[in-house]
Amino acid sequence: MTTKFTPDHEYIRVDGSTGIVGITNYAQEQLGDIVFVELPSVGKVLKKGDEAAVVESVKAASEIYAPVSGEVVEVNSLLTNEPGLVNSDPENGGWMFKIAIKDAGEIDTLLDADGYAELTL
Amino acid sequence: MAEASAEDLKQTPLYERHVVAGGRIVPFGGYALPVQYPTGIMAEHKWTREQAGLFDVSHMGPSFLMLNNPSGEAEADHKAIAAIIEPLICGDIANLKPGQIRYSLLLNQDGGAIDDLMVARSPITPGGLYIVVNAGTKDNDFALIEAAAGDKATLIRADGDYALLALQGPEAVNVMASEIPEATDLGFMNYGAFSWGKDKVFVARSGYTGEDGFEILVNRHEAVALWDALLADTRVKPIGLGARDSLRLEAGLPLYGHDLDSTVSPIEADLGFAVSKRRREAGDFPGAARILAEREGKLSRKRVGLLVEGAPAREGAEILDASGTAIGVVTSGGFAPSLGKAIALGFVPPDHTAIGTKLQVSVRGRAQPAEVVPTPFVPHRYFRKSA
Repeated sequence: MTTKFTPDHEYIRVDGSTGIVGITNYAQEQLGDIVFVELPSVGKVLKKGDEAAVVESVKAASEIYAPVSGEVVEVNSLLTNEPGLVNSDPENGGWMFKIAIKDAGEIDTLLDADGYAELTL
Repeated sequence: MAEASAEDLKQTPLYERHVVAGGRIVPFGGYALPVQYPTGIMAEHKWTREQAGLFDVSHMGPSFLMLNNPSGEAEADHKAIAAIIEPLICGDIANLKPGQIRYSLLLNQDGGAIDDLMVARSPITPGGLYIVVNAGTKDNDFALIEAAAGDKATLIRADGDYALLALQGPEAVNVMASEIPEATDLGFMNYGAFSWGKDKVFVARSGYTGEDGFEILVNRHEAVALWDALLADTRVKPIGLGARDSLRLEAGLPLYGHDLDSTVSPIEADLGFAVSKRRREAGDFPGAARILAEREGKLSRKRVGLLVEGAPAREGAEILDASGTAIGVVTSGGFAPSLGKAIALGFVPPDHTAIGTKLQVSVRGRAQPAEVVPTPFVPHRYFRKSA
């Protein structure tokens, strides 16, 4: 499994042809207390860069974009009642949705951990 | 709000304290101020409701309006200074008791709000008023007041030379009891002058959170010492602008530039209490014809509180009736940490304002249920002295 990142602070953990998407620890720190997460519907087809989910902090709403193209195959429904998981455990329990990756080539265009770390120095 | 570059932003006397405390500094009303400290808005909000929060509100516009040639007869001098400010606002200032504060609105000729403000009668100086206006509007407000004063009175701006601190929450009174004990005798919406350190501080029993609390005007050279002294009490934590906004929203208090603007009248904004009886009967304030007609029910919109199901409806979200027709707009909205739910303030036609009316709000193109509920959303806990 490899994890890749977007400059918009989404991560995608790639497991075969499926990717688990969420936001990075840096992103949750910047957003502050998450009070609501709007998830995509299962079956939704997304293009890379499409708005996929919305996280709401006390102050503002922020869009989460699809890091790659594909179909949403599962969402983390725990976030409906426990949006704070995005703050407390962003890269594990706070994942948002799983996507069936349409074009593996798109994965290669994303940042690796070192590249992302440089961005958030 | 237009983003100002860091160099253009003013700093309050407490700026370094915010930085040292890890405050996330943002531009607000031309000032560099903390939106939150490391614990975050939710924790800061709850701390204020349960303990005591300390806010730097030095960006606001505190000022003193002083009669130039007082006669020395206290009541006559007060009537004279009241006669200068009253033509600009809808409040009865002439009948304030020494030290009493009144919430009022500066109005244009159409009865729209130029600003909302606090006007208080000096408990010390006959012919003196203490006036506090909003940060974003203060230059224009002060110019209007100065024009009205002419050569009869002088406006002394206290922003810059002073810092304004707000200590809010159920423990605020107990904290003040050890720091400025005499101030704990003040009733809600009263102020006085007290000694602290080398200087005099002006303390008002007022605030913008719905909690009991105090707003303290302190000389800029003493500001850091007072800030530190209050924070040395373990019941006190510093609170940023983010929680200030969520606290005032839960308290149902309007924010100028959002829930109030130059088109909104006090009646539309559900601030009819601020149109004082004497002024109403005299009809002698700007926009009186419109405002008095609206009071009789001739109005097209009114501010309501909404309890929103699902995602928060933010400023600008459309309000729909039960059948989906757009009838109004949200002017402030967000998540209420004390309630664990989304709430909003917005304007709708009068026939949709009854408590319990089922409405909807449009969030990202989807209609979500919303219900008209009483404001404040969270009960006020002001300290009212029995007269």
